[in-house]
Amino acid sequence: MPEPELASTAAGSDAGAAAAGPVPAVASVWSGSTLRELFSYPITGPLFALVVIVLVFSLTTSTFLNAGNLSLILQQSVVVGTLALGQTLVILVSGIDLANGAIMVLATVVIGSYAAHGDPVTALLLGLVVCVAAASLNGLAVTRFRLPPFIATLGMFTILTAAARLYSQSRSFPINSDLITVLGTGPSIGTITITYGSMLWIVLTIVLGYALTQSAWGVRVYAIGNSPIAARLNGINVNAMIFGVYGLAGVFYAFGAWQALGRTPIADPSGYQIANLDSITAVVIGGTSLFGGRGGVAGTFVGALIVVVLKNGLTQAGIDSLYQQIATGFLVMLAVGVDQFLGRGRRA
Amino acid sequence: MSSLRISTDVRSGTVARSTAAGLVIFGTAFAVTGHASADEVIVGLVTKTEVNPFFVKMRQAAEEEAKAKGVKLIARAGKFDGDNEGQVTAIEDLISAGAKGILVTPNNSTGMLGVIKKAREAGVLVIALDTATDPADAVDATFATDNFQAGVQQGAYARKALGDKKPVLAMLDGTPGGTVDTFRHNGYLKGFGLAEGDPAIAGSAITNGAQDKGQVGMENLLSKNGDINAVYTINEPAAAGAYAALKSFGKEADVMLTSIDGGCAGVRNVKAGQIAATVMQFPYKMAANGVDAVVEYAASGKKPSGFVNTGSFLITDKPIAGIDSKDTEWGLKNCWGD
Repeated sequence: MPEPELASTAAGSDAGAAAAGPVPAVASVWSGSTLRELFSYPITGPLFALVVIVLVFSLTTSTFLNAGNLSLILQQSVVVGTLALGQTLVILVSGIDLANGAIMVLATVVIGSYAAHGDPVTALLLGLVVCVAAASLNGLAVTRFRLPPFIATLGMFTILTAAARLYSQSRSFPINSDLITVLGTGPSIGTITITYGSMLWIVLTIVLGYALTQSAWGVRVYAIGNSPIAARLNGINVNAMIFGVYGLAGVFYAFGAWQALGRTPIADPSGYQIANLDSITAVVIGGTSLFGGRGGVAGTFVGALIVVVLKNGLTQAGIDSLYQQIATGFLVMLAVGVDQFLGRGRRA
Repeated sequence: MSSLRISTDVRSGTVARSTAAGLVIFGTAFAVTGHASADEVIVGLVTKTEVNPFFVKMRQAAEEEAKAKGVKLIARAGKFDGDNEGQVTAIEDLISAGAKGILVTPNNSTGMLGVIKKAREAGVLVIALDTATDPADAVDATFATDNFQAGVQQGAYARKALGDKKPVLAMLDGTPGGTVDTFRHNGYLKGFGLAEGDPAIAGSAITNGAQDKGQVGMENLLSKNGDINAVYTINEPAAAGAYAALKSFGKEADVMLTSIDGGCAGVRNVKAGQIAATVMQFPYKMAANGVDAVVEYAASGKKPSGFVNTGSFLITDKPIAGIDSKDTEWGLKNCWGD
């Protein structure tokens, strides 16, 4: 690793610098151009985009740039943002998880139905077990049965969506436990509310970002994403690592389920039908490469915020929210385009 | 970073330019269309989805009424049936945008009580359209069809139309647990003159208000009991599915098939004789009355309260003495959807 890269990683203790992470692109495209250098960090593009979007909305509406509204944006990002942390892990090892939303919904239904009569702590633990077990099944299908991740998790998505409806008999369960909905609450100053869910999302991002950039485990995750063959030749047990990554992603889906019940205190089997795609959108807009091995959770954090800021800001401006979906679609293509470009640069 | 730098490195310039270009296009488009003025009255409308013709009609009517009254309508919707989180987010955004009133068709009767409370505490008038919240007084007022009454209209017509025949009833329900579902179901039984659990009820099926499930449900009920001669349906798509099943069993002429909704496709099915009668509801009244109520609240601070029935009419070309109805010609003029 060249000096400047190490320096930049070590210098930042905040999430942004920490999870910008090992940037393999830097070494080979070190051309002396500051701009190119800057954009070779996966976080730069998304951060730049977020700043521009925030500026545009701040200048064109009177209600967007307001501390209460900004804290609201954070609250609105937590569910997809937390799911997207798990999704980032999976994508970093060149996988994809189309089942994460369905796993989360199944967990909310299990938590909701158990908590209707039982102890909330046990209910949440059951949710965790459901998420880790289902996510590990994804891992098993990918590593042991050699199914392409897209197909394995598409199958799981279908199965688990139906399972959640069967289990709940298509009913929804209102949540009355303060513990289960605690993440939707938090300290307020005037119109600003920083919910415990917002705090949890930030903490989870920092912890995962730290683990990915500062631990031997993190180095192995990126190594597998860059080249599974090279990783194996370097003595990494690739299958075991990938299985572990899928299972660990399940822990984040469980936090996602808890976040979801804090946001809307109802466990509804027909909720969050496209959370899987929303989480992939956040990851991709956040600059993580769908080919694996490049990107990180700080980018995902920013990516999740971008999607929500667009929706919130367009509403403040009174513009049809369908334009938000169009803008998001363009950003996804732009992000992947940039990634393709940098990927070519890396191999050149 | 200077513009000089961008031009010196062609490849990095491409990245920066494409990002910048996209954002500039977005920003310009935005600046042209955007800009809400501070003292303008904003009315928020949050429907269940953007695709269901019922909500499309609601939105069109709200937009027209807002234009006529010189207020600004901001419409949002869930992305799919059951998108509670999307609706909560939409209401939060509308409060933030300074909406004076919010009209909402809740996906889940209890799913958004928290955010509705937040809106009302912020001085926003909240009116439920079409679907009541549970409890109903969580909102300021509810503008909706009296679904129980609509069910009674359907049931009473079906019972009278059967004449002296001994009824054997099949019930094609929507989604269990929904308030609309329960009201229509119970209303039908009341109008028909049967109690829940009466042996004259041959069976029921869950259709989620969808045509394919209506068809499968009807097929299963017919193979269980071939003597069925009256069919309740939660809505017209379910009725269309039921008709397909009845036809394949050669029973379409012997069964009294009725429905609720007033969608144009449903009214056309009544006209074609596939459905004997349907009970029409009026989404455009709910939306237009809702916008009017917000305008009134903004002007005088006066809030509507309680349940406001926007009415329902029986539509049939085979009227029965003693039951009020309109024909399909009237129906096609007042229906919603295409």
